[in-house]
Amino acid sequence: MGTATSNSSKNTFRKWIYSDAVVGHVFAAPFIFGFVVFSLVPILMSFYYSFTDFSLGNKQVIFIGLENFKSLFGDEVLSKSLLKTLQYVLLSVPLKLAFALLVAFILVKPSKMVSIYRSLYYLPSLIGGSVAVALVWKQLFARKGLFNSIAKEIGLSAINWFGDEKLAIYPLILMSAWQFGSSMIIFAAGLKEIPVSYYEAAEVDGAKGWQKFFRITLPCLSPIVLYNLVMQTISAFMTFTQAFIITGGGPNNATMLYALNVYNQAFKYNKMGYACAMSWFMLVVMSIITFLIFKTSKFWVFSEADQS
Amino acid sequence: MKEKKLIRKILYHVLVLGFGVIMIYPVLWMISGSFKDNAEILRGTLALIPKEPKLSNYATGWKGFGGTTFATFFRNSFFITVVATFGTVLSSSLVAYSLSRIRFRGRTFWFTCMLLTMMLPGQVIMIPQYLIYYRLGLVPGYVPLILPYFCGQAFFIYQMMQFMKGIPLELDEAAKIDGCSKYRIYSTIILPLLKPAVVTTVIIQFYWKWDDYMGPLLYLSRPQSYTASIAIKLFADSASVTDYGAMFAMSTLSLIPVFLIFLIFNRYLVQGIGTSGLKG
Repeated sequence: MGTATSNSSKNTFRKWIYSDAVVGHVFAAPFIFGFVVFSLVPILMSFYYSFTDFSLGNKQVIFIGLENFKSLFGDEVLSKSLLKTLQYVLLSVPLKLAFALLVAFILVKPSKMVSIYRSLYYLPSLIGGSVAVALVWKQLFARKGLFNSIAKEIGLSAINWFGDEKLAIYPLILMSAWQFGSSMIIFAAGLKEIPVSYYEAAEVDGAKGWQKFFRITLPCLSPIVLYNLVMQTISAFMTFTQAFIITGGGPNNATMLYALNVYNQAFKYNKMGYACAMSWFMLVVMSIITFLIFKTSKFWVFSEADQS
Repeated sequence: MKEKKLIRKILYHVLVLGFGVIMIYPVLWMISGSFKDNAEILRGTLALIPKEPKLSNYATGWKGFGGTTFATFFRNSFFITVVATFGTVLSSSLVAYSLSRIRFRGRTFWFTCMLLTMMLPGQVIMIPQYLIYYRLGLVPGYVPLILPYFCGQAFFIYQMMQFMKGIPLELDEAAKIDGCSKYRIYSTIILPLLKPAVVTTVIIQFYWKWDDYMGPLLYLSRPQSYTASIAIKLFADSASVTDYGAMFAMSTLSLIPVFLIFLIFNRYLVQGIGTSGLKG
């Protein structure tokens, strides 16, 4: 009698542990835990703190309503850093994607040399995020750096890149564009998928090289352009290491990219509540931009359904 | 006609190769700088071959700061990177399996959450995450740099799910008829077949973690626990004159693991990014 019940309960347990609902949650458990603890709770906390004067070490957190958000609009450093970040994103992302697409198109024919070339062009994006390369970049554009010594040799005057408010952002933009490798490889994979028959048909109709590029290659790649555009825009908005190491935000906040600004407010000046409000403002700006990209994509992204 | 074609071909290779060399010139310049003395580096010469190549930069650089040598910094970097990469592969493949192969209530919900975390800018949660670890008494320490990687990384989960679409469902079904549970199917069928996606994940995660600067900057404070990326930056921070030669020497060393993996797995990497990143 007793064994029978324990047997049946054992069976139901076995059934339960092997049921899809349980197996699914067991396998997904790491993500569910991580999502709740490292994403959801922090988001809610950040939302709450953005309405407070919270800082590390103060005992009492005072709810100050919209005060943080109000002072966002009077913050000159913030508006400057937002504008500079927008400039950085608007210049670096298109430049990077244009390079990526161009080089992918040039290196489309499969051969042994081409795969070596591809590695050459891919390398910068592989190591570009490292501190080592950022320090080299700083030295390249230093007052007596490599860039200026080339300029002198060809008869131009030296440029004080990091001393000039207008110019300081350009080495950073150039560095981002320099790392077009991973986008290039994604484009290259997309290029391989375009049926050769499309090109043959176009040739029969007398299309030239550039026409083929704009009429066939670009439309066929447009979903991949969209993917790269969204991903690169998001990561460009979050650029931190390069600005932190190369310029530290200077001169006169001319390279104070938004992520660096948030970091400074939170960990340098210990204004945690204010920094949370700043990051929420950033989230709204980025969501709007991503939304706009997706909205306009209707007009320039061709899906397979449209083609047939 | 034939000659014209040949000239075009040569021109193509010269241009592509020339531009490629310009692309990696900064890296070559750094490597050559590690064999130059400071005066020669600061003169900003284009030349890659040092006047008098010397190895002393490596000796002085290796000594590190305040008695902590680069042996410690590199060991710390390796430890964090290897453990975090292992965690990423393990957890991401588990989650990818559940989201792509098992029908359970809430699957679509968690999948949407995963896509959202992929788009969520890290800065929004950086501060509260720091506060959570701080309250738990884990700052300074390695836990914040490692633990999240055992919870699945959205980017890699998504990649692995794309790859799993290509593994025939018939395999799962045949195994099920033979009496395999879902747990066995994962470990004996899916995981071995997932190898290409796993290799890509290992490589990319290794790079990201090895290069990571912000994480160690936030969570490490004792020099003995510093990673190589933090330590290299210290050369530029020192109050006295920066020792560029030593800085470039240690920078060069820090890129060696990256180069090695790149050379060995180059083919996997290019294929992996190309195939699993996008389809669907």
